[in-house]
This record gives sequence, structure tokens and C-alpha cells, in this order.
Amino acid sequence: MDYLDQLEAEAIAILREVAGQFEKPALLFSGGKDSITLVKLAEKAFRPGKFPFPLVHIDTGHNFPETIEFRDKLVAQLGEKLIVGYVQDSIDQGKVIEQTGKNASRNALQTVTLLDTILEGKFDACIGGARRDEEKARAKERIFSVRDEFGQWDPKRQRPELWNIYNGKIHKGENVRVFPISNWTELDVWNYIKRENIELPSVYFAHERDVIMRNGQWMAASEYLNMDEEDIIIRKKVRFRTVGDMTCTAAVESDKDQIDDIILEISQSKISERGARMDDKVSEAAMEDRKKGGYF
Amino acid sequence: MDILKFLTAGSVDDGKSTLIGRMLYDTESILQDQLEAIQNSSRKNDDGSIDLAILTDGLKAEREQGITIDVAYKYFQTEKRKFIIADTPGHIQYTRNMVTGASNADLAIILIDARKGVIEQTIRHSYLVSLLALEHVVVCVNKMDMVDYSEEVFEKIHADYHSLAVKLNLHEVTFIPVSALKGDNIVNNSLNMPWYKGKSLLDHLETVPVREMDALLPARFPVQWVIRPQTEELHDYRGYAGRVASGAFKVGDTIKVLPSGMRSKIAKIETFDGEHAIAEEGKSITMHLEDEIDISRGDMISEAERQPIVSNLIEADICWMDTRELDTSATYFIQHNSKLTRCKIQEILYKVNINTLEKVNADAFGLNDIGRVEIKTADELAFDPYETNKRNGGAIIIDSRTNVTVGALMLRAAL
Ligand SMILES: Nc1nc2c(ncn2[C@@H]2O[C@H](COP(=O)(O)OP(=O)(O)OP(=O)(O)O)[C@@H](O)[C@H]2O)c(=O)[nH]1
Ligand SMILES: [Mg+2]
Repeated sequence: MDYLDQLEAEAIAILREVAGQFEKPALLFSGGKDSITLVKLAEKAFRPGKFPFPLVHIDTGHNFPETIEFRDKLVAQLGEKLIVGYVQDSIDQGKVIEQTGKNASRNALQTVTLLDTILEGKFDACIGGARRDEEKARAKERIFSVRDEFGQWDPKRQRPELWNIYNGKIHKGENVRVFPISNWTELDVWNYIKRENIELPSVYFAHERDVIMRNGQWMAASEYLNMDEEDIIIRKKVRFRTVGDMTCTAAVESDKDQIDDIILEISQSKISERGARMDDKVSEAAMEDRKKGGYF
Repeated sequence: MDILKFLTAGSVDDGKSTLIGRMLYDTESILQDQLEAIQNSSRKNDDGSIDLAILTDGLKAEREQGITIDVAYKYFQTEKRKFIIADTPGHIQYTRNMVTGASNADLAIILIDARKGVIEQTIRHSYLVSLLALEHVVVCVNKMDMVDYSEEVFEKIHADYHSLAVKLNLHEVTFIPVSALKGDNIVNNSLNMPWYKGKSLLDHLETVPVREMDALLPARFPVQWVIRPQTEELHDYRGYAGRVASGAFKVGDTIKVLPSGMRSKIAKIETFDGEHAIAEEGKSITMHLEDEIDISRGDMISEAERQPIVSNLIEADICWMDTRELDTSATYFIQHNSKLTRCKIQEILYKVNINTLEKVNADAFGLNDIGRVEIKTADELAFDPYETNKRNGGAIIIDSRTNVTVGALMLRAAL
């Protein structure tokens, strides 16, 4: 079996373990390439049957419009159920307070919406597309990662995880985050997308866009980004290497609109994928802190 | 391109994380923003140079204390091979995390501090590597820079470890003198140790043979999930979904479902991408049988010829991973592939004294103890002895009160 086949077979087996071990799982779908890959893997795991879980999207309201459009089309094609949790609802309910200032982002707020959505749906397992090569705290995480009643990850108390035996036993109120593509690298995902001919939102490919320079990075100009006179809008050919909120995902200058060229560009890049994520740069342990608080 | 999975092991502070950092650094596998982040980190070596260990020591607590607490997985690739690294902690308190990292590895790098030689934790980790039956061991005698790159020191440790390896039945052991801090013999051959004529560590890792899939092992297929669409067109569709644990299944093969013992034939093997004539170890597939028999998650489909052991009285080696002691009167869960059932660990046959490797009688069995036990399970398990078939011989013990994984089992025989 070649390398991608091995990764695929492992991910399918993990998804089937989720189906077998949990009462009410959910697949967290962000509209990014990793969760789109997860959906493909779920098809491979469960067709011709239905998915034993709905897709759950936490909508910050600050998404790229292309991602939402893509999401709705994909869900319609799949014939599966989609549940959306809105950060705007959490704001309206007074559960979170919108950040202000130039670097305002809803990224941190979505944890609250996520935890509420998990509670409301009574989900006992949430499948996510995080990979260990993304970030140093993620490099430490188990494939089945237990969260307490408050959604918290405790890196010091992770369960041993041996061979391909995953322990999904939990107490009421706890849930498990499951990461089937833990062992995939960014390039593995791209190579798989190419091999399987998986469709992606257009923002992943080079396109003309209005951008402004922020902290040394190109950010998409949008109504969600707080801009002032100092910000100069420039039109550039860019693409996105990772897709989160418009306010925290930076673009890379690129004229590559074909997957082969993108794969080549990434393999030659000197910057990591999450180098384009403002949300990771807040502090040395930004991701660890967010994960402890219940983040994806 | 093939892939080698390896872990670093050995006692606390022997230089495991530094070694991984050095290997990534010297192969230019560290990206610019990650390098900048390390340069900007407050943790530095005494001489002010960057501390390569924090490439894997990614948790706040790890950076504060300067130790590894949990396994970090790193992925890198050279022209020859892809690597998945598990950098594991040396601290005895976190032995369970070393076991986690070792369970999926093909090769173990065991580090020994040249100034300290073989110590208890070196033996414990080596014992675990031997129990888990990793194929290859590389002993890196590290911190050679602190012993004047002395050949004598290296030879002494070489001899000491060699006799340990014989006792532990470790076959493939390679010895390399290194300095993880300075980079000697990690990626490049050392100029400081002209007396060492062997390969650098990376060179060895790139060329050591990796395990090929063994198509001759008996065919085993634990059922994870039954696909039953129950739609009008697919009214009678009933597919058994799972991953082939070992061997190969072909359409037309006679199989046996265990533990029930019912026989049938394989009617169809399929994946999302179509039908297949054969499915080998490691493949995730959906299997269809000619007869309608009652099969559910946790059952094992085996080739009819060479069957696994089916029993509810099992002898196994165990590594205990919880601060609460093993309780021979308690009911635990045991998980073996997709099968989950209750069990009792009825008797402790012996415990191993790690320093002398003697088997001793034990009334109490606590954190990090290794030994042999007798287990009685509620439902029968269909297993193979771990030493003949890793993929169908490992199991875990789960504490039914805390739900935590407390024991790793290498199943050996029926009683
Ligand atoms: N002089 C010298 N110091 C080294 C060498 N390798 C590691 N060290 C130092 O030894 C200390 C411990 O190194 P680590 O890499 O963190 O050790 P470790 O084995 O990963 O420790 P744990 O993961 O906590 O078990 C650090 O201060 C390193 O700089 C070496 O080859 N020579
Ligand atoms: Mg370490």
C-alpha cells in the first residue's frame, strides 16, 4: 500500500470507530480543505449508507462568502444533515462580547458557540480535521482526545493510546474530540485532494482580491475587518493556504490556480501553513491555551 | 516512498528532544517562521544558543520545566524516506506516554547519557520495547562531547547494553556515539570521533529495512460497523465494515465468524472506489458474505483454516499505567480491536524487577509495573499471541470507574 493509501485506511478505520463507539457523534465542518477531506473520507467509510453523524458548522459570520456557498452546495450533493451554530447568536444572547479595535476577530468567540452547540446537540464525539503537523500543541494530541464537561483539554492527563485501539469511554457530560487525519501533513492533504479529485472552495486558488497589509501579512479587505485611514487597499493576485475567518486568515501572493502548481509551491515554501494564521501568533502558547478552553 | 515510524526513548534528560531537534535542524526541515519562534523563545541553552528541544517540547509546562511530558509527533522526509517521529518523555512518571509512542513504531532510538551509562529507566524502556516487539533498536550514546569523545566510554556502554539486549531478546541493535547538542553523527559523520566507522544516525534510519506487509499471516478482520442503508433500492444490503488486521482475504474464501463459529464464504469485497478481488493487511474495506448470519461490531471474521485462539481465560503480559494499583477483585473493561467486554484480572503471576530482570511474586501491582497476569473475560476474545501477530494480540484495560486506559496487554495464550 502506498503512503496515501495507508493514511486513508487509517482515517476510515478511525471514523468507523466513532460510529461504533458513540451514541451521538458529529463532524465539525469548517469549509476548509481539511474538513472537506474528512467528508470525502466519511463517504469512503459509510457509503452506500448514510453518515452516522450530522455535519456541524460553527458560523462566525465572518466567513469567506465562497466557503458558505461551497458548504451549502456540498451538503446538498451529499444529502446529509447540516447543523449550524451562529456566533452572532452567542453575541445576541450576551454570552460573548464582540472584540473591538483594529485586530478584532471572532475567532476566540467561536469556542463558546461550539460548546453550546455540542451541549444542545448532546454530542458525545466531535470529529475534527486538525493535524499534528500544524502546530506544536496539536503535535501532542491523541487521536481520541477527551474533553471534560467544560470542553477543556488537559494535556497532562491524556490517556495512553496504544496501537489502533481507541478508548472512547466517557462520563456523562464529557465528550471526545476525534482527529482522523492526525498523521497527515499539509502536503499529504493536498496530494490526496489531487488524487481523489476533490473540489475545493475557489479561495484556495489564485484570484484577484482587494487586500491590505497588516503586521506583515496580506489580509482580505472586507466589511468584517476594522479598517482606518492608514490601511491602503491594494488589488493583488493571491490565494489562501488555510481558510478560517476573513479577519484572521492571511493570503499568500501567488498566481497558482492549478493544483499541481500549488503543491509545488507549498513543497518549496519556507513558511509553515499556520504562519498565515494571526490567531496563532498572539503568544507562544496561543493554540494550547485555546485548546484548553475548548477550541477545535 | 516508504515510511519509517520511530520513537526516542531513554531516561530523563538524556537528550531525546534535543536529538530530534538536531535532526530536523540539520536536515533543514524547520520552516522559517517556526525557527523564528524558537529563536524568540525565552528558553535557551546555557551558552545562549537556541534550544532545539523546544521544537518538540511544545507545551507550556514542558518549556517551563525543561522536560518532555507527553509524546510529540513530528513528520519529516528526506529524499530516501518519510519519517513519523514520536518524541517520548523519559521521566518515569510519564512512562505511559512512552508506551503510547512505542506501540505504533517500527524502530526505537534509545538514548544513553555517556556520563551515566545504562540506568534503571534505560532498562525499563528497553524492556517495554522488547515487550511491544519493535523490530529495530538503535542505541545512541549521547553527550559524547562531555566525555571528550572517548572511545573507551562508548565501548564500555556498548558492552553493558549488549548483555542487556541478550537478556531482553532484542536482536537488531545498532550502536552510535553521538552528541545531539553539537550534531556529531546525527546527520553528518563526526570529525571528533574518527574511531567510529559506522553510519550517522540519519543514514542508518534512511537505510534500515522497514517491515513489509506479511501476506502469509493468517487473515483476520475485526468487524467495526455494519453498513445497512435500508433504502428501497438497497433493501438487502448488509456490508461488514472494518480494516484487515492481518493476512489477506479473497472473494470466494471460506471464513469463520468468531466467537460464534459460523461459517460462510466471501461474496464480495468492496470499497467506495469499487469492487476488489482481494484485500490485504491494513486495508479498510466492506465485506459481504454469501449467507445471512448474525454479525455485529466486535465479531472477528477469520480465514477458516488457521483460526485464532478463542477463549475467555487468557494469560497476558501487562504494563500498568495508572497510579491506582491493579485490583484483582475489580471488574475492568478490556478492549481488543473492536471488541469491548468486561473482565477481571484474576491473578498476578509475577512482576518483573526492572533492575535485575527477575520475576518476583507480587501482591501489589502499581504504576509502571510490568509482569504477567491471568485474565477472565465476560465474552470470549478471538486473538493471536502477540509475538506471532501484533495486530491481533494487543489489548487495553480500561478502569470502569474512571474510564481511563490503565493497562497495556500483550496477549500470550489461553489458559
Ligand atoms: N553537552 C550536551 N548536552 C546535551 C546533549 N544532548 C542534550 N543535552 C542537554 O541535556 C538536557 C536535556 O535535553 P533534552 O533533549 O531535553 O532531554 P530529553 O531526553 O528529551 O528529556 P525528557 O524528554 O524530559 O526525558 C538539555 O539541557 C540539553 O541541552 C549533548 O549531546 N551534549
Ligand atoms: Mg524530551
